Amino acid sequence: MTPQNFGRAIRRTEDDRLVTGRGSFTDDAGSTGLSLTMIRSPYANARILSIDVSEALEVEGVQAVLTYSDLPGRLVEPLPLLIPHPSLVAPRTQYILANEHVRYVGQAIVAIFATDRYVGEDAAERVIIEYEPGEAVVGIDAALGPHLVHEDVPGNVAADHSEHVGDVDTALANASHVLELELNMERSMGSSLEGRASHATWDRHSRKLRIQNATQTPTSVRFAVANILEIPDEQVEVFAIDVGGGFGTKVIHPWPEDILTAWGAIEYDCPVKFTEDRVEHFISSSHERAQRHQIKVGFDEEGRILGLDVDFIHDNGAYTPYGMIAPLITATQLPGPYKLPNYRVRFRSVYTNTVQVTPYRGAARPHAVFSMERTIDRIAAFLEIDRAEVRRRNFIQPDEFPYDLGMIFQDGRPAIYDSGNYPELLEKVLSMIEWDDFPERRSQATPGRRRGIGVACYVEGTGLGPYEGGHVRVETGGKVQVSTGLASSGQGHHTVFAQIVADELGVPFEDVEVVTGDTRRFQYAVGTFASRAAVTSGNAVAEAARLVKEKAISIAADALEANPDDLEIVDAQVQVKGTTARGIPLAQVAVLANPLRYSFSEAARAATQFAGAGDLDEPPVKPGEDPGLEATGWYSPVRATFASGAHAVEVEVDAATSEVEILRYCVVHDCGRLINPMIVEGQIHGGVAQGIAGALYEKMAYDEDGNLQNASFMDFLMPYCTEIPEVEIDHLETLSPLNPLGIKGAGEAGVIPVSAAIAAAVEDAEGFQINHMPLFPSELHEMRAIGVDEPN
Amino acid sequence: MNAEESYEIRLKVNGRTQHVTAPARRLLSDALRGELGLTGTHVGCEHGVCGCCTVLVDGAPVRSCLTFAVAVQDKDIRTVEGLAAGDGELHPVQEAFKECHGLQCGFCTPGFLMTACALIEQNNDPTEQEITEAIAGNLCRCTGYQNIRAAVRRAAEITRSDKR
Repeated sequence: MTPQNFGRAIRRTEDDRLVTGRGSFTDDAGSTGLSLTMIRSPYANARILSIDVSEALEVEGVQAVLTYSDLPGRLVEPLPLLIPHPSLVAPRTQYILANEHVRYVGQAIVAIFATDRYVGEDAAERVIIEYEPGEAVVGIDAALGPHLVHEDVPGNVAADHSEHVGDVDTALANASHVLELELNMERSMGSSLEGRASHATWDRHSRKLRIQNATQTPTSVRFAVANILEIPDEQVEVFAIDVGGGFGTKVIHPWPEDILTAWGAIEYDCPVKFTEDRVEHFISSSHERAQRHQIKVGFDEEGRILGLDVDFIHDNGAYTPYGMIAPLITATQLPGPYKLPNYRVRFRSVYTNTVQVTPYRGAARPHAVFSMERTIDRIAAFLEIDRAEVRRRNFIQPDEFPYDLGMIFQDGRPAIYDSGNYPELLEKVLSMIEWDDFPERRSQATPGRRRGIGVACYVEGTGLGPYEGGHVRVETGGKVQVSTGLASSGQGHHTVFAQIVADELGVPFEDVEVVTGDTRRFQYAVGTFASRAAVTSGNAVAEAARLVKEKAISIAADALEANPDDLEIVDAQVQVKGTTARGIPLAQVAVLANPLRYSFSEAARAATQFAGAGDLDEPPVKPGEDPGLEATGWYSPVRATFASGAHAVEVEVDAATSEVEILRYCVVHDCGRLINPMIVEGQIHGGVAQGIAGALYEKMAYDEDGNLQNASFMDFLMPYCTEIPEVEIDHLETLSPLNPLGIKGAGEAGVIPVSAAIAAAVEDAEGFQINHMPLFPSELHEMRAIGVDEPN
Repeated sequence: MNAEESYEIRLKVNGRTQHVTAPARRLLSDALRGELGLTGTHVGCEHGVCGCCTVLVDGAPVRSCLTFAVAVQDKDIRTVEGLAAGDGELHPVQEAFKECHGLQCGFCTPGFLMTACALIEQNNDPTEQEITEAIAGNLCRCTGYQNIRAAVRRAAEITRSDKR
């Protein structure tokens, strides 16, 4: 195969629709039927004493007002625990509507079905709820205190998990030096500009429940809805046409509103829509990523790490629908690109009366990298060795792959790095940012400002299983239709999967049309998360295209009376290798692939029963064959493939305002073979922007009663273009040996090391330790006064 | 509680006058999306901060989520659906956003396109500072803005070359 499309910065096929207002987001689906409005708890911890809905029912346009006691069948059960784990000793998931108790501000209590959202909100004002408030558990300190979030979960501990390799105690005892660190990271959240949304219609004639849902995982939404409503899977169709950003939040499912809209569509026999507003996104979807890390590191005189002992607390909010995946990722990704012969990690995941915590882009890897990189910088400072040099001395070397960490990764499989070149990543990024010349630049800082430089490296497990599938079908008109089950939320899947299929099959890119995330087209899938879509669905559609090619060549060989081995497909024509003179268009092969009784076109006559084709002693469709020029391919990786990268940043801190200005931001990124460099770089730009947001701007500001004080874009400081610098990018392409395309995931990478790199740069500028993120100017100002990072 | 009073509102959108019957509190964003089916205008925050819902009213960018439909009767409203020419030829800002990969999920994009359109149609040779100021009121969670800035720059360039 000579790649014509793979590796090229081809413009996206998605864009024509999206720039002309013809996108199809969930809220764009019809405006007839009913709108779902939720009433949410104003208390972080309270018993519900009574709910009076009578006045709300009087509002014209209100169809129904439901509380927990009105829910039928399996709707009374807690929502599913998506990912169980043996260490998750006390998982808790929320009810669709609160059952006697609310445990965070924002928890759904009442569901109102009304003709539109305006009417629904009028009705909501007329519902009277009596509460008996209790003590709110907010923040990690409170979680370790006497008050309980769930009465039956002692110590608020949802999960207690430990893993180790080697003998950490002996390593620390024998180390020349031992340092201890305490690091804190705050909460932020996905904040996709499209909130959660679901639109359900019930076709009572065909008995189909059709759900357009803003989800990263339509197939799983389908199974969950069918299961809870106790109807056959076959009656439920779920599709995500355009999703306005996911970032992990939209992998969580089913949301209470997903079930209520679906149930309501059947019950009231009309379309039902729920569209989350911005306040709801803040207080009733998911957050990430508050963690507190205690680290003990032992090292030798050269800065080589001999033992690393990490104990951290993860604040999981009020519920654990996604299990303990986020802290498990921190634990297993913490070693990064470094050799840790003796590593022990323990975490406790604890309940608080706050919004649930589930993975957000990067998925607790930023915490892991912050821990490891801050530790290395501390070793360098202690030994007075260049920070880059300490990294070099601890790297896993290019000839040491596959490298087994000795731990179990988030896919339940061994964490074994498949390939990489960490020393080269670092050298490249140091050269980009001109690391060695920095002392000179430091002295050239703007008067009144302090200049600093930082670097951070990471390894990211991507492209994990269990599997994805792809279907490729050549139409008799020549179009190639491709589908895969996972959904898209801006990653350019329609473009990159078409690039892959066009090359594998030998057709023009323009002839390939891709559909993602539609259970009507592809029923089995896992979903878009963990930087896995390109790796898993990419390899699956490639496999499907190869199978179609094989079939096309076999059919064409019969028609051309040629040896299949002598045939190739070039520009949608099956031909004898090296000649266009003896060939047959792929569209015509598609006709021949489907033996016909009834012709539908001039071309189709060739496949009809009196056309004289085929061996009359054989059935028209031979045993073991299927009609149609189509195939399904699967890709199920044995384990994750590990991408990597290094970031370097130069900053200036204003002496008067303590504002941090980023002067240069450099990224070297290795995600194996690049399918479309333009799209990969776009993913990195966006990731870095979210990383900067988490490092310098964003925090979920809870008060002690559990009210989220900044639940609006007025107060939550999501960066505008004024806060985000240009990002300079270079690539390495270390192929993955685990998949035929040699690719690794790229979606989350940009965000992962940003906090670590910026902390290092600010520390370098200021000369005192930076131990927490995000870092606000007001805090920096205070820290300057006392010369140390002592977060409150 | 009885249904509230409705008004017959004349909305001139993308050069075409249409009549909408809606209560006084109906937001322009909801009237465009619901009553007129122009779902290209998106709603991201409903408090005027994200800019997804930006439309042009008499040529100036306006937050349609902070505007009542009754308040813009007879004004000249332009939405993302009205950017391309009648023959389907894309507006320079649309062409430039495609070319520069200035969009990912596409949800904030209509707001950026309308904001950039207002800038470019007034000033087809903006400085970097003018570009930043023009788009500094719109949020994007996907792109990190780098390619959006490039797209606005490119749109200005296309506009200038079209005029030659």
